[in-house]
Amino acid sequence: MSSNYLDIIRPGINTTFQDKGRDHLYHIGIPFSGAMDNRNYLIANKLVNNNLDSAVIEFAYQGPHIKYSGEKINFAITGDVIFSIKKKDTEIEGKCYESYQIENGDEINIISTNKSVYGYLALGGEFDLKFQWNSCSINTKANIGSNNGKKLDVGQRINLKKINSNKDIKKTNYINTKIENIRVIKGTNFDYFSEEGKKIFYEKEFTVSKLSDRMGMRLEGPKIDNIVNTNIKSEGLIKGVIQVPADGNPIIMLSDHGTIGGYPKIGVVASVDYDRLVQMSPGSKIKFKEINLSDAETLFKLYEMETQNLLSQI
Amino acid sequence: MIKNISNLGDAALYCDFGNEVNKSINSQVIKYFKTIKEKKFEGINNLTPSYNKLIISYDLKKTNFKEVKNYVENINPEDSEDINSKKLEIPVCCHENLSMDIKRLEEILKLSREKILENFLNKEYFCYMTGFIAGMPFLGDLDENMRAQRLETPRVKVPKGSVALTEQFANIYTFESPGGWNILGNTPLDVFDSSKEDKPNLINPGDTVVFKEITLDQYKNYNE
Repeated sequence: MSSNYLDIIRPGINTTFQDKGRDHLYHIGIPFSGAMDNRNYLIANKLVNNNLDSAVIEFAYQGPHIKYSGEKINFAITGDVIFSIKKKDTEIEGKCYESYQIENGDEINIISTNKSVYGYLALGGEFDLKFQWNSCSINTKANIGSNNGKKLDVGQRINLKKINSNKDIKKTNYINTKIENIRVIKGTNFDYFSEEGKKIFYEKEFTVSKLSDRMGMRLEGPKIDNIVNTNIKSEGLIKGVIQVPADGNPIIMLSDHGTIGGYPKIGVVASVDYDRLVQMSPGSKIKFKEINLSDAETLFKLYEMETQNLLSQI
Repeated sequence: MIKNISNLGDAALYCDFGNEVNKSINSQVIKYFKTIKEKKFEGINNLTPSYNKLIISYDLKKTNFKEVKNYVENINPEDSEDINSKKLEIPVCCHENLSMDIKRLEEILKLSREKILENFLNKEYFCYMTGFIAGMPFLGDLDENMRAQRLETPRVKVPKGSVALTEQFANIYTFESPGGWNILGNTPLDVFDSSKEDKPNLINPGDTVVFKEITLDQYKNYNE
C-alpha cells in the first residue's frame, strides 16, 4: 500500500486524468484525447516541478473535493478556477498559477471554473496509473486509459508512486485571454454551402450549446444552408473540424472526437485558437474569422513560442 | 492514385483518391496508408484511411503542410510489402430479441426475414476502414436489394456487439454508443480489445469477413 494518496470526497462533474494524449491510433478509431487546454496543462506541471508530460487531474465546471494523506507535497491549479485549501484550523481561498504545499489531512476543494470550462490540478509527484498506448488519458467513450477509462468517482482513492524532492514554491502571472473571434481555415466541403450560408458562417454569431463535451462542441445560431448534399462518404476527422449536419447547426470536433464522420466540413479551427476555443462555456458567443494556411502556421509558431517563454519563466 | 492533395486545417493533409467507393480505390488508399505508416516520417502523428480518402495529421511543432505534401507526393506505394489481409468468420445471432430492426428492414427492402438473412450471410465483406469509436469495421458491399437508409432518429444507445446495416455497408458496434444503423443481429465476439495494445482490432482494413449464424443458446454460452 502506498502511504501517499488522495481520497475523492466529491468527484465533480467531469473529472479525469489527462496527459499529452496518444497518437498513431486514428486508423483504429482512437482519438488523441489528452488535456483539452494544452497550455494550461503544461503550466500546471511546471509549477510543481513535474516533467511536462506528467498526468494531471482535469475537471470541467465543478471540480473535485479531495483529501490528501501522506508526506508533504506541492500542488497547483491552472485555468480560471475558484478553489479553497483547508488546513487543520483554517480555510484559505486559493489562487491559480501558484503552487502550494499541503500535508497529511489537508483538503483541496475545487468549487468551479469561472466563465470557462476546463481547469487542471497538478501534484508534485507521480500518480500510480495504468497507461494504455503510452498515455493515461481517460477516454470515457471507449473506456480507454487509466481508471478503467472512467471518470473519477466518489470515495475513490488515488495513490501516488512518487513525490518530487524539489518542493520549491513557484508562481507565474499568466492570465487566460478570452477571444470572441475563432480563426478558421476553409474546410474541404466549403462549397457545399449556399452563398448565404457561407456569409452566415463568417459574419453571424453562434452560441455554444449545453450539448458540448470532450468529444465535440455544438453550436446554435442561424442555419447554414447546404445546397449539395448533407452527407458525404464517411472519412477521417481531426480535432477542430467544423461539421455541419442536415439541421444546419455546426459541430466542432474536440479531443475525444469520433475518428470518422459523414457530415460536410465547412471549416477547421486554426491550431493557434484551440486552447481558447475549448474554454468557451455554454452560452458564450463565437464568431468565425477566415485565415489562410500560411497565416495559421505563423500564428501557431508565435503561440508556441509564447508558451515556451511562459514555461521558461516559471 | 491520389487525385488531389489539399490541407485540412493547418495540421493535416487531405488526400483525395476520387469519389467512388470500391475495392480498387480503397486498396490504393490502404497501400499508401501502410507505406507511410511503415516509413515513420518525423512529425506525422496519425493516418486515417477511409473509403476513398487518406487524412494525414501532423504535429505543427515539428513539420508543416508543404513538407508533408512534398513527402507524400514522392512516395512510391508499390515499394511497400503486400497487404497482409486475413479472412475472418464472425458469429452473429439474429434471434428476434437481438435483431431490433428486422421488421423495418422487411418493410424497406420488401424482402422476408429469411431472404434478408440468406442474402446477408451468403456474402463476403471487405473491410474498407475502421474507426469512429474504437475498432468499428466498415464492411462492404451489400447487394443493391439490401440497402437501407439510416434510421430517421438515431438510437441513443445501440448495444455493444450489434451488427448493423446502412446503405451498402455493414458494421459492428464495438461499444455501446449512439447510432442510426439498422440492427440485424449481435455478435458475442469482442471485436475490439484495448488490453491488446499491439493488435486491439480483430478486423483491419483489407480483411475479408463472413458472418456465420449462431443460435441464441450458442450466443449466450459463447464466452463461457
